Amino acid sequence: MSDDIYKEIILDHYRNPRNKGKLTDSEISAQDNNPVCGDRITIDIKLENNVVSDVKFDGEGCAISQSSASILTDMIMGKTVDELSKFTKDELLEELGTPSLGPARIKCALLSLKVLKIGTYQYLGTELPEDPEN
Amino acid sequence: MGLSNFHDIKKDFPIFSRQINGRDLVYLDSAATTQKPIEVIDSITSYYKNCNSNIHRGIYSISIEATELYENARNTIAKFINANSSREIIFTRNATEAINLVANAWVSANLKEGDSIILTEMEHHSNLVPWQIIAKKLKLKLNFIKIQADGGLILDNLDDLFTDNAKFLSLTHVSNVLGTINPIKDIISKAHAHGITTLVDAAQSVPHMSVDVQNIDSDFFVFSGHKMLGPSGIGVLHAKKDILENMEPFLYGGDMISNVSLREAQWNDVPWKFEAGTPNIVGAIGLGKAVDYLDNLGMSNIHKHEQELYSYAIDRFSDLKEFKIFGFENKDSTGGVISFSYSDFHPHDIASILDGESIAVRAGHHCAQPLMEKLGVPATTRASFYVYNDESDIDKLFDGLQKVRSVLT
Repeated sequence: MSDDIYKEIILDHYRNPRNKGKLTDSEISAQDNNPVCGDRITIDIKLENNVVSDVKFDGEGCAISQSSASILTDMIMGKTVDELSKFTKDELLEELGTPSLGPARIKCALLSLKVLKIGTYQYLGTELPEDPEN
Repeated sequence: MGLSNFHDIKKDFPIFSRQINGRDLVYLDSAATTQKPIEVIDSITSYYKNCNSNIHRGIYSISIEATELYENARNTIAKFINANSSREIIFTRNATEAINLVANAWVSANLKEGDSIILTEMEHHSNLVPWQIIAKKLKLKLNFIKIQADGGLILDNLDDLFTDNAKFLSLTHVSNVLGTINPIKDIISKAHAHGITTLVDAAQSVPHMSVDVQNIDSDFFVFSGHKMLGPSGIGVLHAKKDILENMEPFLYGGDMISNVSLREAQWNDVPWKFEAGTPNIVGAIGLGKAVDYLDNLGMSNIHKHEQELYSYAIDRFSDLKEFKIFGFENKDSTGGVISFSYSDFHPHDIASILDGESIAVRAGHHCAQPLMEKLGVPATTRASFYVYNDESDIDKLFDGLQKVRSVLT
């Protein structure tokens, strides 16, 4: 059952991560980690006219957390800040193609989204909701 | 291989008769908790069916029976670890609660500002966090016996740690991550020579090897029932009787008193003064049965069985590319635990893919984050063995690990 979560898209992004690295003069920048397994993700976003013009992620961790970050950075290119703040976990999970991620691994998949939300809310100066990735 | 001793033993454990995704369960996480033999499960249902009642106070038959079962379990456990008396056995919820009991009832009453507690770098969080809290409260220092790369403790500079201010030493008997057996008898004897009181976290040793608390000479000795075929929610604190006599209780309430007036109370005798409220009666009874089961197998046979499994696993895994076992060079090991890294595959991915083959292993920091830092990894994958594991479990793990590589590369 469980190896079903290693869909081709996840393995593709795990082996060949997109947008990996750092941006120096980014408007949005945030980091978080998953204390249980040590996954760590940083996301830097460059904005032009309130629209994402460049994005990089960096980090280490399991295939699920790292490929999810890679996929997420692909998805948010060209989006407005408002769209970033409204980005839902369902959009990300649908793209990952793994709606059946169990409770043990969902945190790995949503770590990148949590980092995106932390950075976006910080940029907007609004208070972070309790479970920003949900 | 001489593993015939425990042939057919899986039949004693009902969980192994169930199938998961059409496959037999391969359970390799006994360092976290163990499966339960039918005798233990039956003792629990039998208590509730036949003599459920509160203990110590009842005048009627079923309460007398329940009390006898509970106190007999205490006797069984006392004999099992060769305690001087069953009055030295206190039932707690688990090893963690036993450590908290000692921290609150003994250490907080006997140590003062400037004193230090000695721990080691390989402790489980349960033998670290309670001391951090008590140290903050009483302004105590925490000092650590360091660990070296092979997973053994560095013991040649104990005199530097055992200073006049050092008053208490708490250390694990066996590492839950590496399986390393620490030479606790020597360490304790050196500590005693400096007037240091000692606690041994035996959660990973009592299930796997024969222990003798009088020979070890620890002042406090703690372990958990669920890691040795017993139910969860029952643990043991062993302490020398004169220490217990001079110690204030940890929790207060019913059953732990001898006499109560509106404004004051006197305490019950040891060990009951440390067992406030209705205890986990059925947990103690179940643990007694688990000890009977282990005794029947023989602790030296269990130790031998695990070491044979370990050698078998090392042989099999030598074929795997980029497979590294932590603490492998250390010869003083129970053999019950293999913590490993496998290429650059993350432990969570390894465990997920193995789960797809119905193989249960642990991935993570194993409640020992400082040790992980020392090993230079955020997490490891851990396979741990017990009496019911055999070569076929190792073979399936080997096949599973090959699948991990084929999925992730």
